[in-house]
Amino acid sequence: MIPLSWYLVLSAALVCIGVFGVISRRNAIAMLLGVELILNAVNINLLAFWRYMDVIHVTGQVFTIMVITAAAAEVAVGLAIFIAVYRNKRTIAAEDVADLKG
Amino acid sequence: MILDQVIFLITAVVVLTAAILVVSVPKMIHAALWLILALAGIAVLFVLLQAPFFAVVQVIVYIGAIAVLVIFAVMLTRKAMQDDGPQLNRYSVLAAAVSLMLFAVLTGMLLSWDGANNLPVNPAVNPDTIVNLGESLTNPQGFLLPFEVASILLLAALVGAIYIGREHRAGKEEE
Amino acid sequence: MNFLSDPVTFIGNWLTGLVASLGMPKETAAAWVTGVAVGILPLLAMLWVLVLIWYERKVIGRLQDRPGPNRVGPFGLIQPVADMLKIFLKEHILPAGVDRIPYNLAPILAVGGVLGMWIVVPFSATVHGVDINVGALYIIAVGAIGTLGIIFAGYSSNNKYALLAAFRVVAQLISYEIPMVLALLVPVLLARSMGMNTIVQAQPVWFILAAPLAALLFFISSIAEVGRSPFDLAEAESEIVAGFNTEYSGLKFGMFYVGEFLHAFTNSLIFTALFLGGWQGPGAEQFPILGFIYFFLKTVVVHFLGIAIRGSMPRFRIDQVMQLNWKLFTPIALAAFSAAALVEKLAANLGDAARIGIHILVNAVILGVVLLIGSRVFKARGIRLDALAERNRAAVKLSMEKSHDS
Repeated sequence: MIPLSWYLVLSAALVCIGVFGVISRRNAIAMLLGVELILNAVNINLLAFWRYMDVIHVTGQVFTIMVITAAAAEVAVGLAIFIAVYRNKRTIAAEDVADLKG
Repeated sequence: MILDQVIFLITAVVVLTAAILVVSVPKMIHAALWLILALAGIAVLFVLLQAPFFAVVQVIVYIGAIAVLVIFAVMLTRKAMQDDGPQLNRYSVLAAAVSLMLFAVLTGMLLSWDGANNLPVNPAVNPDTIVNLGESLTNPQGFLLPFEVASILLLAALVGAIYIGREHRAGKEEE
Repeated sequence: MNFLSDPVTFIGNWLTGLVASLGMPKETAAAWVTGVAVGILPLLAMLWVLVLIWYERKVIGRLQDRPGPNRVGPFGLIQPVADMLKIFLKEHILPAGVDRIPYNLAPILAVGGVLGMWIVVPFSATVHGVDINVGALYIIAVGAIGTLGIIFAGYSSNNKYALLAAFRVVAQLISYEIPMVLALLVPVLLARSMGMNTIVQAQPVWFILAAPLAALLFFISSIAEVGRSPFDLAEAESEIVAGFNTEYSGLKFGMFYVGEFLHAFTNSLIFTALFLGGWQGPGAEQFPILGFIYFFLKTVVVHFLGIAIRGSMPRFRIDQVMQLNWKLFTPIALAAFSAAALVEKLAANLGDAARIGIHILVNAVILGVVLLIGSRVFKARGIRLDALAERNRAAVKLSMEKSHDS
């Protein structure tokens, strides 16, 4: 049988890879991919805790559904914004979109 | 039992390798393809956790919809960033250090918790979990409100994405 | 267990006993036999495609007033085998500038996505791959993998026509998934389960009776999902060369070809299981072999309908495909699904016959409203259906006369 810690360490590693992607990639879409990795790590954690600690209730599963919903909404709006930015500025490098900087 | 562990370890290696490639390969389209592999591996983990519903939803939502959307977006914005240019910004070394530290802290915290290693796994998941899930999502005493809020969120995102993504042609009045 | 009444289970038990008698524990032997069965099922499916290709070409040929394949073997039966051998021997051409891994992965995904669906199909009362409790959802998920194959092919080919075609097809596939899923939810709702075998067992009265609209939408959407005529924009030769598989040749092209034919048949299997009672029929519980036969016969009828549509309908334009989906199918599917849910809730205490009657009534009302709105729209835009029909008849007559002259 698989100890709970294996899932937790794996999802911790995924979160960290995702964080690295979000901070260091220049391409805005690549940053979004990093966010996706983080959210998936969250899902692994939620379901692992559900399986090991609270298998009778469905709370962990409901939380997972919410995370998936939020991820879907975030990707749809995020990509729409990037495409609109691309249309107006011909770039999707995150550091080039700094018009609001004082 | 030992078979479970072997499957888990193989899947974990695949997921982590794919995830590292997602954040490091220079070609965006390849990053999207590696993301698909990572997501598929996570679906396998959900099967191991005896949550087949979420494995299937993972494939439908992440691979079937989100990954496809990302590939579309990458192709539509392909000219903006040449794939041979630098893909990482000047903070990349710092970012690597931060995420390594984060990993060390998280792992240390998790492993210092007693439950992480000797929490007994419940022997079997009730096969009616899906029915329970569905009922609690439509039960006012259960999770009806969050469920409705989530659907409003999705609707708002849908409308917003269409409005933002639509081409506003110059010289043409807003409809 | 009698061989004649349930051959597959009989052979399985016999093999397990045989392996066990060689000194293997019973569970290990059963696992090995299951493994062998897992290997055999896709093999049978792939070989079955040979028959499907011959059958479909023959039927389309007859529909279009020509003999179809008739040179190799009796009735041209060996023609697909000859084609297969030819395709095996062809050179593997790798066009310049392709992205190797996705390019080679695409045909595998296209076929694998279809073969994956066979896992959950209940072939008879006793024979099914796995009866997972999310079977219906699993079918949609595996279908999404086929979409991925098409994107891979379009992107990696380094050909702008392939890319354009992939964009079109993916837009079409993703759009038609919505009415398909909504229509599929209706049998799930009626059977109160997502397991395919449970859905079949819940149909002493076929679901097509209680949910005719959902069945129609599912049927049309599944044609669109395969990408066949009238939804075959993927291979609109006059516009985008050969579609997303322009740059493929030899065996890799063959895989796409096999995938398409198998997908059409697999969708008929699933339609039969969801709406036509699957293996249900007189005596199917006692003699599972009868279940096979019923299932097969029903599937062939559905499959023939699909081929007949393919052989007789012209291709839609891309904007028509999208309008049909978003302005017609999705709203109807939503209405049908909500109505089915409402009826199931409100009429839960009534008898089966009364409930089915209400379902039919509600479906008829929805159809009536749709037709009413449609006629208003046509009127407002000045489209007269009788004039259109008259023009079509004249065109058909003209082409018939021409073909008889030549």
